[in-house]
Order: sequence, then structure tokens, then C-alpha cells
Amino acid sequence: MMKTHNRPLSPHLQIYKPQLTSVMSICHRATGIALVAGTLLLVWWIIAAAAGPEVFYANQKFLTSWLGILILFGFTCTLMYHLCNGIRHLIWDAGYGFKLDNVYKSGWITLSTAVLLTAITWILVMI
Amino acid sequence: MGWLSSSNNAKISVGNTYKAQKGASRIKNFKVYRYDPDKASNPKLDTYEIDLDNCQPMVLDALIKIKNEIDTTLTFRRSCREGICGSCSMNIDGTNTLACLKSISDIKGDVYIYPLPHMPVIRDLVPDLSLSYAQLTSIKPWLQADTPHSIDKEREQSPQERRKLDGLWECVLCFCCSTGCPSYWWNSESYLGPAVLLQAYRWIVDSRDKQTEDRLNMLDDPFRLYRCHTIMNCTNTCPKGLNPAKAIAEVKKLLVLSK
Repeated sequence: MMKTHNRPLSPHLQIYKPQLTSVMSICHRATGIALVAGTLLLVWWIIAAAAGPEVFYANQKFLTSWLGILILFGFTCTLMYHLCNGIRHLIWDAGYGFKLDNVYKSGWITLSTAVLLTAITWILVMI
Repeated sequence: MGWLSSSNNAKISVGNTYKAQKGASRIKNFKVYRYDPDKASNPKLDTYEIDLDNCQPMVLDALIKIKNEIDTTLTFRRSCREGICGSCSMNIDGTNTLACLKSISDIKGDVYIYPLPHMPVIRDLVPDLSLSYAQLTSIKPWLQADTPHSIDKEREQSPQERRKLDGLWECVLCFCCSTGCPSYWWNSESYLGPAVLLQAYRWIVDSRDKQTEDRLNMLDDPFRLYRCHTIMNCTNTCPKGLNPAKAIAEVKKLLVLSK
């Protein structure tokens, strides 16, 4: 009898070519998790505003530092990507856009819209 | 999830190199996953230098050439060599496909060949598909009618009803899609995977089948069906150009509408 219990598992993640389909999917999950952290930041901001001028000042000092701005920028990118790709998922759930060329088209549209929305947000913040 | 802790017996080491004959002008390297269950050693990646001037165009042709002329121990499944039997499914150049339908000239650089991903390997490029086959059996892939079979009359179907099966019946069960699906990698014990779900849908939409409700109820499960997160690797990799992701979405829709 051939041994059956000790078979090696064939390689998977490490050899499978990254492609728009899988990369956007894993990014959707990662941005979803990152948004939780972003929401905590938002909570801190609101609590600080309620807690009085000194706490709020410390909060503002951090959020307007280069690190704070970097985090806020990341938060915006993350939010816009998750929002756009979430809409893409809703369209799929309704049964549309499954043809492979449409999957790629909607993927690129999602990415460029997320970049555009992030840019618009920050232009509005800066002026 | 065994994806980061790839167990010790799965680590791939560097194997042998088989040089091309002298005078070969158009050499392409084929790096092939090798595993011998009779040896205690780990899988390895052997390199075969193939002279393309002396080889037929498809990846399967190169594998057959290796087996015939260089290394007879190389083991892989193949039969029809024209994309009908679904035997020679494997991971070539980073995606799953049928070796007989993949042109060598489509691949830039070295040709990396592995068995279908995240499956127990029996030997070399031959994965153990028992679990996937058992899952296929679980969706009862046969016609369940409510009237007995008649010898003189076939079960009729309108052209419109028949058309619903197009894009589904062509599946050759090569399992390229299921083994290219990250959800199936992490949950193969409980998630049915795109290939089996496409088959399930094939019988759900067949107008002659009368167990539609039972079939849908069986799939209404957080794991069996809903581990599909619309990643789309399945549709992207199908060597027959079918759309398992679309079939799964249709099943999900039917379940929502039936409530």
C-alpha cells in the first residue's frame, strides 16, 4: 500500500502569479482592517474635542504633524479604495460584470477612481 | 490556515539540471517540481534544458519529451492532449491551466511547472484529488427527475432552456479553478470550491431536473457556498474560458430570491 498520510502540500501562495483579481481582493480585506484603526483615530478626535481644550490641542498637534498627516492620507486612500471596491462588489452581488474583460475594466476604474477621490479630498483640504 | 507555516516536508530544494545536447540553439529551461514518495527527501525543482527546435509547441509536448528522452521517472497525468479530458491540469508559469493548451512560446523566461496548488502531492505533478471528487459527489451531479425514465421518449427541453446550460456543460473537471482559489486553499475541507459549485449550478438550472429546491438548500451554508468572496481567480484561470464566479453569483442570487 502506498503511504497516504505524509504527502507534501503543493506550493500555492508563493508560486501563484499575483493578478489584478487576487491582489484587489486581498487589498479589500486589508483596507477593511485598516479602516478599523482609522475609525479609532476618529473616535480619539471626537473624544478629545469633548474632553476640553488641552486634550484637543494635543490631538491636533499630532494630527497636523507630518506623521499625523501621513496617517490621515493613508486613511483617505484606504477609505476611498474600500468604498469604490465595495460598490464593485455590490454590482457583482447583483449578478453583473462577471465577464473577464469587464472584471479587469471595473478593477482599473475602481483603482483610478480611488486615486482621483483621494486627490480631490486632499486638494480640498490644502486650499 | 497552513499558508505561512508551510510544513517541513513541503519545502522545495534545488534539484538536478539536465543539460541540452550539444549544438542546441534555442534552449528553454523547464523547471519542474519533483517529489518521490518512496524517498525520504523533500520535493525539489529539477531543471531540464529543452531545445525548442526539437520540440512540439505545447508545454505538454515538452513534458512528454522529457519523459521519453531525458528522465522516464517524471510523472504527470495526460490523455487527450487537446483540452477535452482535463487530465494535464497543473500550475504553469504561475497560473493553473492545461499543459496541452498552453503554448511554450507564450511564456517569457524559464518555464516553472508545479502541481495544482495547495493539494497533497502523490508524486511529481500528480495531486491527490480525492477530496474534490468527494465534494463533487456531494452535490449529486446527475439528473434527478420526478418521472421514471422512458425508453421511447427523451426528456424534452426548449432551445431557451437548453441554452442555460451553455458555459456550464463544457467543464472538464480539471480543477484548475478550485486550486487557483485562495478561499479554497484555506477552506478546502468545508468550502466546495468553484469547480464543484459550477457543477451544482449546472444541475440547478437544468429544466429537466426536479430537485432544484433540495440542491439550493444544500448549498445554503456559510462555508459550502459563501466562502466565495468573488476573488475571480477561478474565471481568470479556467483553460476552457468558462465563468465559475458568475455561476456562483447566480446560485447566491437564486438563494436570495427564493426566500
